[in-house]
Amino acid sequence: MKSPKRLWPWQAALLVVIFVFWHLMATPGLLPNFMFENDRQASFFFGEPIKILGRIWTWFVVDADIYRHLLVTLTETLLAFGVGSALGLGAGLWLALSPLASGILEPYIKAANSMPRIILAPIFSVWFGLGLASKVALGVTLVFFIVFFNVYQGVKEVSPVVLANARMLGAGPKQLLRHVYLPSATSWVFSSLHTSVGLAFVGAVVGEYLGSSQGVGYLILQAEGTFDINTVMAGILVLTVFALVLDALVGWVEKRLMKWQPRAGETEKL
Amino acid sequence: MRAPALALTGVACTFVSKDDPGQRYTAVQGIDLTVGAGEFVSVVGPTGCGKSTLLNVAAGLLQPSTGSVEVFGQPLAGINRRAGYMFQTESLMPWRTALANVMAGLEFRGVADARAQAEDWLRRVGLGGFGDRYPHQLSGGMRKRTSLAQTLALDPDIILMDEPFSALDIQTRQLMENEVLELWAGAERRAAPSSARTSSGGASEASGGHKGRKAVLFITHDLDEAIAMSDRVVIMSAGPAARLIGEFTIDIPRPRDVAEVKMTPRFMDLHAAIWAQLREEVLKGYAQQLKVA
Repeated sequence: MKSPKRLWPWQAALLVVIFVFWHLMATPGLLPNFMFENDRQASFFFGEPIKILGRIWTWFVVDADIYRHLLVTLTETLLAFGVGSALGLGAGLWLALSPLASGILEPYIKAANSMPRIILAPIFSVWFGLGLASKVALGVTLVFFIVFFNVYQGVKEVSPVVLANARMLGAGPKQLLRHVYLPSATSWVFSSLHTSVGLAFVGAVVGEYLGSSQGVGYLILQAEGTFDINTVMAGILVLTVFALVLDALVGWVEKRLMKWQPRAGETEKL
Repeated sequence: MRAPALALTGVACTFVSKDDPGQRYTAVQGIDLTVGAGEFVSVVGPTGCGKSTLLNVAAGLLQPSTGSVEVFGQPLAGINRRAGYMFQTESLMPWRTALANVMAGLEFRGVADARAQAEDWLRRVGLGGFGDRYPHQLSGGMRKRTSLAQTLALDPDIILMDEPFSALDIQTRQLMENEVLELWAGAERRAAPSSARTSSGGASEASGGHKGRKAVLFITHDLDEAIAMSDRVVIMSAGPAARLIGEFTIDIPRPRDVAEVKMTPRFMDLHAAIWAQLREEVLKGYAQQLKVA
């Protein structure tokens, strides 16, 4: 890959091109109709970039009322991620180290993982109400399996030599867990961090979308009810940027915590 | 007579295939091997003859199918606490720095000044300034040195080494061999004044243990290395069901330099004598491998 320094103007230019194209195609009266009978139809289906950006501006600056919703979505995401990871880590370690338990539970885990878990959202709404808890529960079911399988794999793939070495150095069962299995498992958890944070976010937004009283998903749901496509698009844009920021944060955390892992290309061309 | 550091009697190891219990493979059979306290014994043999199996049995990592293992006269149950093991492949914990790796064993045993001792050992293997590096940031030779420090830091009475230098280039290897010999010989000189530096268990002092040279069981396929370093070289036959088929006492005076000792006539005589016996087994082992493939 080329140095990102030289690529970013191109990336920015592409973004501008996309928006200009969108603007030209969707704004009523700018170009003669060739797809739709009515020149308002394009903007009805796809929204208008200027109005979308205006909507975002209102949210963040004029009314400044989106922060409450973003905070709710963020809280749900982080809770889902935290709880799901903790449960996945615990379950993964337990099953990987106990062949009997994993033998008995294997078909159930397979079944639970194959189930399209998004469909649990309505059940969670019934169980936990329309508040925070039902969204967190949905996110947890998504995150849990990612973390669980990675921890399970991580424990199974501990190098037998490293394990034997630790035993020869006098590590008891507890020390093996703490100093060998856990670090190995966490490295696998971190390698799946991007996926699991992303899924926690998906769980939160989908949960909000299916029924809630606050959150960015709720804003989108509200706007859709009144066919306000511009607000729906604005909501999607905000969520996308938000997800990108989360991902960057995860990348930063990962880099700090996983510095013992070898990275390709540590040389610098002068 | 003092009990030997390590005594294997009638040891056989038969592995059963996990998928098909009918499939059995006997790696070693009828092994009688003793390593005296402070003695440096090498086992040489063709590849795949079960040398590592033997070492794992001595370490207590592997239960022999038949036969018994005694450590300083005590029957071995579980992990051999008096032994340190240097593995053939990477055995450092990749998530720990070099210093933390050397500290690991001391930490597991609850030694109070683990950090100071580990730093001391890192310096002694020439890695004083590399304590904060992670294994992947070290070269192969440096990782081996760290492993050596990790093993020696626990001050074991027996050191088990499984082709520890086979992955190193020839120059690094000779350096390391000399260093190991020096550290091994140095243990004797250091022993008398600094008996405070004992393994935390303290049991070693009680049961026939002595604080001097450590007993070494060294596994290699390199005959030069074996002769240059050992007091005694034991030859293993080709597998399966490998046995010990010969034993040579290496009466070359110490201290030795592994590079220089190879030029001496005594070395060449011994080499010729051992090779005459080993050659046949190597060819047999090679033929066996071809058959399987």
